[in-house]
Amino acid sequence: MRHLLSAGDLDRDKALLILDTAAEMAALSDRSVKKLPTLRGRTVVNLFFEDSTRTRISFELAAKRLSADVINFAAKGSSVSKGESLKDTALTLEAMGADAVVIRHWDSGAPYRLAHADWIGGSVVNAGDGTHEHPTQALLDAYTMRRHLRDGKGALEGVRVGIVGDILHSRVARSNVLLLQTLGAQVTLVAPPTLLPIGIDTWPCEVSYDIESVLPNVDAVMMLRVQQERMQAAYFPTAREYSRLYGLNGDRMRLLPEHAIVLHPGPMNRGMEISAEVADSDRAVMVEQVANGVSVRMAVLYLLLGGAKE
Amino acid sequence: MTTYVIKGVRPYGEDAVDLVITDGVITELAPVGTGKGEVIDADGLIALPGFVDLHTHLREPGREDAETIESGSQAAALGGYTCVHAMANTDPVADTAGVVEQVWRIGREVGLVDVRPVGAVTVNLDGTHLAEIGAMANSAAKVTVFSDDGKCVHDALLMRRSLEYVKAFGGVVAQHAQEPRLTENAQMNESALSGKLGMVGWPAVAEEAIIARDVLLAEHVDSRLHACHVSTAGSVEVIRWAKSRGINVTAEVTPHHLILTEDLVETYNPVYKVNPPLRTQKDVLALRQALADGTIDALATDHAPHPHEHKDCEWGAAAMGMLGLQTAFSVVMETMVEPGLLDWRGVAERMSVQPARIGGVESQGQPIKVGSIANIVVIDPKATWTVVPEALASKSSNTPYAERTFPGTVVHTFYAGRPTVIGGVLA
Repeated sequence: MRHLLSAGDLDRDKALLILDTAAEMAALSDRSVKKLPTLRGRTVVNLFFEDSTRTRISFELAAKRLSADVINFAAKGSSVSKGESLKDTALTLEAMGADAVVIRHWDSGAPYRLAHADWIGGSVVNAGDGTHEHPTQALLDAYTMRRHLRDGKGALEGVRVGIVGDILHSRVARSNVLLLQTLGAQVTLVAPPTLLPIGIDTWPCEVSYDIESVLPNVDAVMMLRVQQERMQAAYFPTAREYSRLYGLNGDRMRLLPEHAIVLHPGPMNRGMEISAEVADSDRAVMVEQVANGVSVRMAVLYLLLGGAKE
Repeated sequence: MTTYVIKGVRPYGEDAVDLVITDGVITELAPVGTGKGEVIDADGLIALPGFVDLHTHLREPGREDAETIESGSQAAALGGYTCVHAMANTDPVADTAGVVEQVWRIGREVGLVDVRPVGAVTVNLDGTHLAEIGAMANSAAKVTVFSDDGKCVHDALLMRRSLEYVKAFGGVVAQHAQEPRLTENAQMNESALSGKLGMVGWPAVAEEAIIARDVLLAEHVDSRLHACHVSTAGSVEVIRWAKSRGINVTAEVTPHHLILTEDLVETYNPVYKVNPPLRTQKDVLALRQALADGTIDALATDHAPHPHEHKDCEWGAAAMGMLGLQTAFSVVMETMVEPGLLDWRGVAERMSVQPARIGGVESQGQPIKVGSIANIVVIDPKATWTVVPEALASKSSNTPYAERTFPGTVVHTFYAGRPTVIGGVLA
């Protein structure tokens, strides 16, 4: 494995290897010295064209715990905002000897382009591209579900997952559908028809417009962030109506089976897609998702860079 | 006065003759070996009327780094063309008599093809104020085709007015059919694939709805409409219906919409980014059928050169468009001639006769017979060639066919009786 661009690139064995490696990395964080020397002397660049403090610091911490040198290259305030192209930025990073580039970009496919256009020689990790994919998010979600629902072992055969919200614009949903399918889970997407892409019937999952009919039959429900500005483009009439029809509140949470967990990739809009009661409940695993994110990203960097060169 | 003899050539793939050209005119179709004059060997090759392109972006004035009237004319001649229609979306826009006369005049000075400027429908392509269509029609360039190509004349009232207004000058409005609200930030065909790739989709209905509206407007005001780069099976159905109703509509299809499909977007290589976008195989097959049966009247390249940096980038940042002049014939050969959808007379109709008629260019698209103006292309259907982007005459190299081997080569081109291409190179 040289790059991680799409959750769809991972077969079952590779996905399980990442999850198992992440479990080993997680054990490390219980120690007082949380650092491994594995990537000493290697350079990881966080190339973020979009602001995402959470994802950026998660990758940064992951790389640092593996003793890599980390450079944060934010597009804002840099040469990129002065019109420098992705290509020239990539060539610059290449000249500086980046072993891995973790890229967040507003364009779907930008990481793929970076990996395949012959601009750089290092590994590329997709940290979210446009409305396309966010594979490490799907991995940390799978890791979290596996811990709660499968005792931290094996795949996710038979696990039923509901993903609720703006599927159309969600890279989290795309990566999750692909990875969960690979791991044997059954996915149901829930959204108003305006927030489902054309061709959704070809995806390996079920689709519903009715959250209340789905909740009693899932082991995990993932609430996606809904951006208020979607209202302007007539995807839904008001935030209140969205919340009434598709939000997860306390009453709806009680429709879930006893063991079911609630996930959210963050940042949450409390009162919009998720009520404070749900966000603060025992079923909510958002804080754990953040911790698992570091372990999963350590595993990805370790597997991409650890074995690549001598 | 030079007399040329194209020796042993087969007009429309029929019986071989010596095709004699004197003073710009076909003067004789003589038995092989009897023509007198400067002999150009064409033994067994096929002669067709020189190709006419209704849709060419020559980029001059404004983007001479991408293409000039000279480099575009060279690409056209090498592609077998003797006439191109230069689209109006230059900088400045061809929305005044001054700009269209400049383009026309430079085209004449270059002298490789007829460069027929297309006039903008609205000032600066703004879609709100009618451009001085009369001034352009009455200029030295004698503009007859008006288009805001690159943008849709989406305002229904303005479209109605322009259709009415061009009637006074025997003009035609060539519509770039794209409903703007349905295609905001659109990157590719809207389909299961756009959903998978997370790209904003350009739905077929955004084209079909505008064509449907415009054929009804053309009927209502009794004017002529031309549909640019038709790209969907649904558009074909609308046009077929309109023609059956007697509406005065013509349509064109690009070579790339006859051969390429949306799957290529999965490579995220912006060389495949084009507007309207590449569609599905179902659309491709419907377009081929429509070009064969005449529902679509003409092939038009939508030759759209872009400088390297506008394609050597991520998909979202890339410009839309691809080169077409030098590969158009080969695409027709592969998609239409070899499968038996068009014979040689059919190719002549779709690539020369009909586009000349739609563009109102009397000197072009004339039949290969004594007395016709000698705009002629001589092709070798048996030869093959491999596309090398840097070797194309265009100043840009954004062809989607790099390394692809095609059937059919353009061997000789005669423009107004003068050779512009001999043996596949500029004369």
